[in-house]
This record gives sequence, structure tokens and C-alpha cells, in this order.
Amino acid sequence: MKKTMEELVKELDLTVLTKGAGLNREVLSGCCCDLLSWVMAHGKKDAVWITVQAHANVVAVASLLELAGVILPSGISMDEKTIQKAQEEGVTILSSRMDAFELAGKLYEMGIGRKVEE
Amino acid sequence: MNPEGSKSFDNKTDTAGKDVLVRHVYSIEAENFSSAGEVSRRTKNLLKQLGVDGELVRKAAIACYEAEMNLVIHSWGGRLIFQVTPDKIQIITEDTGPGIPNIELAMKEGYSTASEQAREMGFGAGMGLPNIKRCASYINIQSKVGQGTTLEITFQI
Repeated sequence: MKKTMEELVKELDLTVLTKGAGLNREVLSGCCCDLLSWVMAHGKKDAVWITVQAHANVVAVASLLELAGVILPSGISMDEKTIQKAQEEGVTILSSRMDAFELAGKLYEMGIGRKVEE
Repeated sequence: MNPEGSKSFDNKTDTAGKDVLVRHVYSIEAENFSSAGEVSRRTKNLLKQLGVDGELVRKAAIACYEAEMNLVIHSWGGRLIFQVTPDKIQIITEDTGPGIPNIELAMKEGYSTASEQAREMGFGAGMGLPNIKRCASYINIQSKVGQGTTLEITFQI
């Protein structure tokens, strides 16, 4: 099932840390991982990535792989400079109070990344 | 990361005598995590501008990022050369050390000698070189302990 980043924000009560466009991006799958090289190897275009890492290299990976966006779980914040870089590169960064496990579960419940139907 | 030659190139043909369409040389600083990824971003944009196929751009961008990060994480500094000829894309990294004692081990998925700092940032999964190999048409790695490492990554267009 396809959802937009905006729908994710509304349905999961997420906070948008980056300003500007990107919320109309469609999310086709999800990825929950804190090892950057692992995401580099297995991350798919248009996936939403849940990670506790909040440094500039997360932005680089998300941008290079053309991910739909990044969600920081457990209320983790991102410093202003990194948010700025994300905005420049058109990477949407969201944050949630939910932990990574719960977030991934909710996304899956919404139909993100399910391999059935269609 | 400093681009040293974005305008023109010193070599007009590569070693096989092919016309070099683009050649950029970037110097990469050891342990500079804040600008890491910048060379890969530029490289990706350039390939897009050249009209290279999307899947190939993606593979080259992944390999370039891993190669760039290898210099940041493991080397004492070095340079990354990005070169495009009509039939191939090449990413070449050259560093000044410390060199890889056992290349076979370094190529093994899960093996890493990354520092604690790099690991905390989510690097050091031991997937860099295997990722590069998976993406590229072929790679060539030469290393001498105390002298440095040269990695040549080639993508056939």
C-alpha cells in the first residue's frame, strides 16, 4: 500500500523537523536499522527509514538512496546544522515519541512494506 | 573535502586511450565525518546530469559513498578521483596509509577495523568493501602496509 509522508505524519502524530517540500513523497516500504552500511546495501528507493542515528551521514545516506524520509524514534532530536543540511538536500526528517519497534509495527499495520495485495 | 580540479583535467585520455569526459579529483580528510558524503553527492549529481541510467547512478553513488567513507574512517587521508569515459565510470581512491594487512579479510562481510567513534555513528558493520564489490562491474585493490591503499572501482556503461 502507498501512503504519503504527510499521511504518516497525521496518522502517527509525528513531528516534522525539516521545513519545505517532501511531505507529498510516496512511501513504498520501510527500513529499521542503525548500521549505515547495512542501509546502503539493502535500503530501497522511496522507503521510510527509522534510525536512532541523527548525524549528518544519515542525511547523506537518505539522499543518495532517494529514501522518502527518515523517522527518529524515542523523541530523539537532530541538531540545527544537520536539519539545515537535510533541508538543502531535500531529505524529510520526522521524529516520534514512539520507540523504533512500535513505530515499525504501526507503519506495518498501516500497510507500509506489506508484500500482499495488488 | 576540497575539490582540486573541477574545471579541466590533466589527462585528456585514460590509460586505455579513451576520451575522458569528466575527471574530478577531491582530497578527503581522515576522520572528517561532518563533510563526509559530500563527494558522493556531487558525483551522483554529475552522473544524473550526464544522463546515465538511474540504476547505474544509484550503484555508483553507493560505491562512491562507501569508498569515501573508507578514506574518512580508515585512512590517514587521501584523494578520490572520479572519471567518466564513453564506456565506463571509474572511482579511484588513493591514500597514504596505513594500508591493509590482509585484503581477503577486509573483503569479508562483517569484518571491520573501524574505531569506536565510527562504530557509534553506525559505521564499521564490515560491509563497505563488499557493498562496493556488489555494486561495481569490477574492482581492483592494491595495498601496502605503511604506504597506503589504491582502490579502483569500475562500472561499465
